[in-house]
Amino acid sequence: MIHQAALTDLIIKMGDDELVQGHRNSEWTGLGPVMEEDIAFSSMAQDKIGHAWALYRILHEELGGKDPDRFAFMRAEKEFKCSHLTEMPNGEYDFSLMRHFLFDHAETVRYESLQESSYEPFRQVSKKLKGELKYHTLHANAWIIQLSNASEESYARMQTALNDTIALAAGVFEPSQEYEAILMEEKVYPGEKELYQRWLDRIYPVLVRSALNMPALDTIQPVLGGRQGFHTPHLAPLLKEMGEVFNLDTEASW
Amino acid sequence: MLNESLDPRVNRLKLGAPGEVIKVEEGENWNVYEVFHQEKRGAHHEHVGCVHAPDPQLALVFAKEQFARRKKCVNLWVVKSADILAFDVEDEDMFANNLEKTYRDASGFKVMEKINKFKQTK
Repeated sequence: MIHQAALTDLIIKMGDDELVQGHRNSEWTGLGPVMEEDIAFSSMAQDKIGHAWALYRILHEELGGKDPDRFAFMRAEKEFKCSHLTEMPNGEYDFSLMRHFLFDHAETVRYESLQESSYEPFRQVSKKLKGELKYHTLHANAWIIQLSNASEESYARMQTALNDTIALAAGVFEPSQEYEAILMEEKVYPGEKELYQRWLDRIYPVLVRSALNMPALDTIQPVLGGRQGFHTPHLAPLLKEMGEVFNLDTEASW
Repeated sequence: MLNESLDPRVNRLKLGAPGEVIKVEEGENWNVYEVFHQEKRGAHHEHVGCVHAPDPQLALVFAKEQFARRKKCVNLWVVKSADILAFDVEDEDMFANNLEKTYRDASGFKVMEKINKFKQTK
């Protein structure tokens, strides 16, 4: 049997990234730059919440975890394992789009690798999300290329957004000190280092088509800590707002 | 902005001189794309509406969430609305005379009389 604590740790990280990123993206609902984009971005935010739910359900049904709703809305901030990238406030649309681009490619290489996981629930979930992730990255690529080629201002904004986001995005691939070797040995997934490489291979061609300059990788200091429960000051208010309705009456049936 | 309105709550947009040329830069003005939806493989693509987008690729990206989110869909087409050629509205009368061509249909032949006559002789 696969190491349960190691699996649990990995699922929480992945689920929390999806939940927090999904919530952040949903904050754009009604504020998007054009109606078509507003609908697309909101719809993808819902997809992400759905991904979180699918992962929390594995915890609940296979690994003795709590009910997904209670797990999502009733945990203390330090028990969350999301990356700092997902916690950051939306800023302007350039930042949100760049984060969407970097995050969704990171997500895609991760779920793709899970198609060969030794853990059956991972194989199922990766198969189920494949189509959605394909659309999310298509959407992100189209915007990055469009805005980088539109005008001087939009190009400069996208380059700035990339410079501001890259270290945060690299932090998504923070390995667990305790469990990384076990998960790789048990062939649950290929490990963060390998995923980081695959991610770079995915984002490079799009950045080249956009004529954006990738900051030198050896100068990037990945922003770590989220996976160990250390968070930016932005997470606590997000969690409070996200759980506000649920926590009015935690026993209510919906 | 100079507020020339008598109503202090309202600002008025100052339009340029009527003869002034307005220059639209490439990519500044979004296009309208017509969206065609295919429900199953091999079926016709049916027109379902339109989206605004700066290029065909983003039009397709938008169309997917606008028109294929709930209904079953296997593919979409997008076509720039400006690329569609249509007749003028006032030329609708071109189609009118088709109504008078019943002789081309089987129903145009009055055969019941002959049939009834034939039945009576039996």
